[in-house]
Amino acid sequence: MSIDWYPLTNSLRIAAISCVLVFFTGIFFAYYAARLPRAVKGVLDVFLTLPMVLPPTVCGYFLLLIFGVKRPLGIFLLRFGVKFVMTWYGGVLAAAVVAFPLMYRTARGAFESFDETLAYSGQTLGLSNTYIFWRIRMPACRQGILAGTVLAFARALGEYGATSMLIGYTPGKTATISTTVYQLWRTNDERGAMFWVLVNLAISTVVLLAVNMLESRQKKAVKR
Amino acid sequence: MSLKVDIRKNLGGFRLDVKLEAESGVTCLLGASGCGKSMTLKCIAGIEKPDEGRIELDGRALFDSEKGINLPPRERHVGYLFQNYALFPNMTVRQNILCGLNREKDRSVREARLRTMLHMLQLEGLEKHKPHQLSGGQQQRVALARILVSDPQLLLLDEPFSALDGHLRDALKIELRDLLQRYGREVLMVTHDRTEAYNMSSRIAVLHEGRLLKMKPTKALFADPGSVPAAILTGCKNIAAARRIDEHTVEVPEWGVRLETKQRVQEGLCAVGVRAHYFNASAQQNRFPVRFVEEMEEPFETTLQFRFAGQTPDSPAIWWRLAKDRRPAEFPQELGVAPANILLLYE
Repeated sequence: MSIDWYPLTNSLRIAAISCVLVFFTGIFFAYYAARLPRAVKGVLDVFLTLPMVLPPTVCGYFLLLIFGVKRPLGIFLLRFGVKFVMTWYGGVLAAAVVAFPLMYRTARGAFESFDETLAYSGQTLGLSNTYIFWRIRMPACRQGILAGTVLAFARALGEYGATSMLIGYTPGKTATISTTVYQLWRTNDERGAMFWVLVNLAISTVVLLAVNMLESRQKKAVKR
Repeated sequence: MSLKVDIRKNLGGFRLDVKLEAESGVTCLLGASGCGKSMTLKCIAGIEKPDEGRIELDGRALFDSEKGINLPPRERHVGYLFQNYALFPNMTVRQNILCGLNREKDRSVREARLRTMLHMLQLEGLEKHKPHQLSGGQQQRVALARILVSDPQLLLLDEPFSALDGHLRDALKIELRDLLQRYGREVLMVTHDRTEAYNMSSRIAVLHEGRLLKMKPTKALFADPGSVPAAILTGCKNIAAARRIDEHTVEVPEWGVRLETKQRVQEGLCAVGVRAHYFNASAQQNRFPVRFVEEMEEPFETTLQFRFAGQTPDSPAIWWRLAKDRRPAEFPQELGVAPANILLLYE
């Protein structure tokens, strides 16, 4: 039996790209949100964390409201040939929005536990802020940021709700593992659905093992 | 070499108001925790911004609220030794010290200065160690090396010994004092520990609730603190409200005594202090009948608490401290104190 591996490669591609996007935007917002005045920070924090608590279908609904091909932004983007609805890279957008809060929250937690005197002493020694950020702050927060990245990747890989709203299910075009499982089950292909369920289980297990290993390494580092 | 500070900053509970001029040598800010000591250092280093005022180092304005000057920390050339040393945990000793040389572009010069500093602070052989592999004393030396190698015009020390165990502390005090003398730069240090202040500095300014009291040479401050906060911070255990009677007599109602003083009593006297070590069973002046209350022994010294015969019941007992081998077998009926040892306190 020949298997169409497209859902796997598409899922991995979507998860990997959205994970990279979320890595940088999450760190950016985590770092700068901490420096904002308290009131602004509170509002921004709620807004940035909403996708984590909203049902993914609601996130997908909002994405359609913004990027739908009959909406102003959708029409504008279409002029440049960019269409987020019913395309695989629309899946990147959906996964990134849903996975963002995980990265943002974990990175913020890591930054908040950072000993700020390290940054101060770097400044008094004449080091640049860029150097302090990449060579002192990031290494010190490494474990937390890695854990956030892995969680965001896992969340992006398992995304279903927002993805199905925004890009639907087109075999060989927008199909991901999660939408394929639903589609195959719906059409009574139990064996096919089970196959993708097992693939998904395997990937998730590997990801969780990685998280656990990171956490135990972090504990060791703290003990020292 | 000179540092001039005149700054004010609101800190919620109180107002920091510091006016200070320091010249070369070690100047110490002595104050209880939470009095604004560290905040003062942070303002000088540029980590915190005062509300208003001016900070000048060797004629160069670091901060001036009127002219809108506020140099960032990296342009101030002020070294800051943090309480926890703030070594970068992910870097080796060598990399940590090289951070202090980031302004030096010539690689061979950088290497040479690193070598000199490693030698000077006896850190040779530890280059590849990470901070967590070092003892407290070694960590302090690495932090100092990292700062000194950057050649700062002013060195700020924030409670430099508080992170160390007691027995290490004394050895390191001597080491650091000698190093600072050889280094010959201006040093501003803050501490709450009077012994540390006495050991390390040539001048002390007492900081009380955000306000800087008069600066004095170290020995002069201990001999004549001049104010109640300074007397407490320099370790005076017996302080009571007092009233001027004449040029050389004060009355202490709480203790029910009149004391003769060597120093001339000025108008505005509010209290007197007698250090616990200065009572003496054989002193003939200021001699009064006393009653033993209780004793607390230490390894080599002992504290005997007593009350004057005419003392008011609600006032605290008086402390008398002396070496154990000088403790009289029986508690004396009367104790005296030399007029020179009566501290006159004015605020």
